[in-house]
Amino acid sequence: MPRIGVFVCQCGTNIASTVDTKKVAEEMAKIPGVVYTGDYKFMCSAPGQDNLKEIVKEHKLDGVIVSACSPHMHEKTFRKACEAAGLNPYKCEITNIREQCSWVHHDPTKTAGTAKSIDLTRMTIERLKKNKSLSKIKIPIKKKALVIGGGIAGIQAALDIAEGGRQVILVEREPSIGGNMAKLSETFPTMDCSQCIMTPKMVEASLNENIKILTWSEVEKVDGYIGNFTVQIRKKARYVNEDLCNGCGLCIEKCPFKATSEFEMGMSQRKVIYTPFPQAVPNIPVIDAANCPKIQKDKCGACAIVCGPKCIDFKQQDTVITEDVGAIIVATGYQLMPNERFGEYGYGKIKDVISGLQFERLASASGPTGGEIRRPSDGKTPKNVVFIQCVGSRDEKKGVSYCSKICCMYTAKHTMLYKHKVHDGQSYVFYMDIRAGGKRYEEFVRRAIEHDGAMYLRGRVSRVYEKDGKVIVQGADTLSGNQVEIEADMVVLATAIVSKEGADTMAQKLGIGYDKYKFYNEYHPKLKPVETVTAGIYLAGTCVGPMDIPDSVSMGSAAASKVLALFSNDQMARETITANVNRVTCNACWDCLVACPYTAIEKEEVKNRQGAVIRMLARVNEGVCQGCGVCVAVCRSKSIDLRGYTDEQVYAAINAF
Amino acid sequence: MKIPYYPGCTLNTVAKGFDTSARVSAVLLGFELKELGQWNCCGATFPLTPDNVMGLTAPTKVLVNAKKEGDTVTTLCSVCYNVLKRTNKLVRDNKEKRSVINNFIEEEYDGSLNVIHFLEILRDKIGFDKVKAAVRRPLKGIKAGAYYGCMLLRPFEDIGIDKAEGPTIFEDLLKALGCEPMEFPNKIECCGAHLAMGNEDVVTKLSGNVLSSAKNKGAEILVTSCPLCQYNLEKSQKRMEGSAGGTQMPILYFTQLLGLALGQDEGTLGLDKNLFDVRPLLKAKGV
Repeated sequence: MPRIGVFVCQCGTNIASTVDTKKVAEEMAKIPGVVYTGDYKFMCSAPGQDNLKEIVKEHKLDGVIVSACSPHMHEKTFRKACEAAGLNPYKCEITNIREQCSWVHHDPTKTAGTAKSIDLTRMTIERLKKNKSLSKIKIPIKKKALVIGGGIAGIQAALDIAEGGRQVILVEREPSIGGNMAKLSETFPTMDCSQCIMTPKMVEASLNENIKILTWSEVEKVDGYIGNFTVQIRKKARYVNEDLCNGCGLCIEKCPFKATSEFEMGMSQRKVIYTPFPQAVPNIPVIDAANCPKIQKDKCGACAIVCGPKCIDFKQQDTVITEDVGAIIVATGYQLMPNERFGEYGYGKIKDVISGLQFERLASASGPTGGEIRRPSDGKTPKNVVFIQCVGSRDEKKGVSYCSKICCMYTAKHTMLYKHKVHDGQSYVFYMDIRAGGKRYEEFVRRAIEHDGAMYLRGRVSRVYEKDGKVIVQGADTLSGNQVEIEADMVVLATAIVSKEGADTMAQKLGIGYDKYKFYNEYHPKLKPVETVTAGIYLAGTCVGPMDIPDSVSMGSAAASKVLALFSNDQMARETITANVNRVTCNACWDCLVACPYTAIEKEEVKNRQGAVIRMLARVNEGVCQGCGVCVAVCRSKSIDLRGYTDEQVYAAINAF
Repeated sequence: MKIPYYPGCTLNTVAKGFDTSARVSAVLLGFELKELGQWNCCGATFPLTPDNVMGLTAPTKVLVNAKKEGDTVTTLCSVCYNVLKRTNKLVRDNKEKRSVINNFIEEEYDGSLNVIHFLEILRDKIGFDKVKAAVRRPLKGIKAGAYYGCMLLRPFEDIGIDKAEGPTIFEDLLKALGCEPMEFPNKIECCGAHLAMGNEDVVTKLSGNVLSSAKNKGAEILVTSCPLCQYNLEKSQKRMEGSAGGTQMPILYFTQLLGLALGQDEGTLGLDKNLFDVRPLLKAKGV
């Protein structure tokens, strides 16, 4: 016979005003197996807990019911108290008679409230009789992190983890780390040169002994769970031996062939063997195989001839390396929506209609014009420049419904950069609303308007077309109510930020969630902003949604601190409420495998003595399982149960009702 | 192939050439436009206020009559096309409005008709390559500007005949006929439309912009599928006659060019009804 104690809490008057707690306690005493009952003013108070511990010892209880508030509030508290008194914490159960009973009753005679509390408590008692002693799951932790994406968020995260003394692998799919920030000219609101603040961080990352940088590489497969991930990384053929190359650049100088530069946003040419930009990290070139005549037709090979250390290898193949890591930070960044979608702005047809990132390159000292603002069509200095904001942002019909957040600020910055470089130039900005929330942001926009004379026009542009070497912009100025037509020399589009190409397949590899725009979902948008639903995988930067540099950096550091906290333990204790497969009845239909949102179900092979596979079984990876119970619901042969929430327990509770 | 055909009022009166040229061209391309046995005005505008169901009764009646003759109905006039296609979609998708309209006109129509433009027949059912093969008199050297106006393309979700920005269906046809299509920025701008009734100055300005924009890009004629655009562009040129920037550009229905290219006798195409005659240009170009 079990020895159960029932403790009914009055919660001041929260419960006692509509529930007769004394009566509840008395009624419970009549149930077989209950050896102690009592009510108390505040069970969660220190004296209340001490009282509970004493009674557990005194009456040699092997099970405890606390009928009080929601288990979300104090389940942990009472289980801890029971544990202190020598009881298995999973032999303590909570009956919710506050949120689900007393708070919804108003009757001062306490009739209904008391009756319901008695029913609820009786159900919990019967459930508790079926409880088993459980223990927490311990998982070893591999103290090495993987950061996916070498933009500013990823670099910051890698640096912080390395600073904490842990090893990091930084994977970047481009030939150099740096991401989009490396392309920017100056940054708002301080107007410091982007490369001047970015490149020291890139160099720092490359010199840090704890950081291993893999550029021109992509994550191919992720297996495992928190503390124990196995990651396969594809190192794309670079055709240059990274161990031998000393970065002298002679091969680039002598290469006779050119292709369009991705880094310069198509506004200039680069060599076929190239580093994307002069400050690239690592300073090791890569051969653009699609455009290389040697690789395609076995002609040329000039780079191999001039290379001193003989590191050019035209036969190099992709290699896949495997790394074991304990935590993963995803910082895959953003890209711009294709401007061609907006036919009315003429992007792609009119040469002098460019994107904001292209303007950044024009304004950058290392850009295609050496920092002079010259328009792409004829290289002339534009005297009138129109900036169009919200191209695709806040536009449910043709673009995305969200605000891209940074465009108001960088457009203001663009007008200032333009004015500082072309003193007699005039800039016009078509905007919907100016959204300048942030430290010193509003002042920055005011400076663009008041000091640098940017003409802000509230309204949309209906059409952009070419006429006699000018770019004519037709639009509305809704504040004056007039239609306006501006003869511009160049038009800059503040295009919407969208998630990176392939963000969805990456999320599927990792088993993390994403929204309809393929931005990654946080575990909780406010309280767990860098965690994902998959334990051990964290987020940083614009893969979550549009954000500026300070936010990306903060998120990188925040994700790193989460990883370091995880790595500060050798083992990790996890809640034991996980699914459990009955190995006798499981018939391997794999319904659970399909249904599991956390990819926690694995296929297990059962072998005979000769080593031949005789049957298959579903196996739950306890490191990954979150105890949601979906597999329990879909299992047709009832072969899966949730520890601590077994069918037996639930039926017992229902039968007691 | 017989395709049920809704001409609309204008094609029965002032735009007769649009109607006749389309009918004869169809025959030359191996199909027949079969005029609906009974039809009424489409209403000529799609009501923009959401609660105005009255304006939808006339087009729904047209659709009811068309449904009796087949699953498809075709039309030529951009406005009729716009009104019929949008009304059909609304009746199909909005059950509440559907029952109000049906109750009022005492019919049971469910929006199952397929409303297509004559251009869609040429592109999707015949194919521009077949049209090209049928050309007997290639219009070599004729620099034609394709003027879409608004009604043929917008709103994109309801019409969808081609991209609302940067459409090419007209140009593709013109190329098949041997013309040289001239791209110009105002090809999808408004001509002034119904303001022709009360505010001619606006029409003159907007149509003038279309004309000068086309002329600047080298167009010698403009091609349209809308009788109202045709009227506004012609009348505006008359009003601006003699003034600086005035033009003398023939404004043709695309079917008139089609008929010419297919070798149809000029007399049946209604070319004489146009205010600015295209024939001298044809002669000069040796077509």
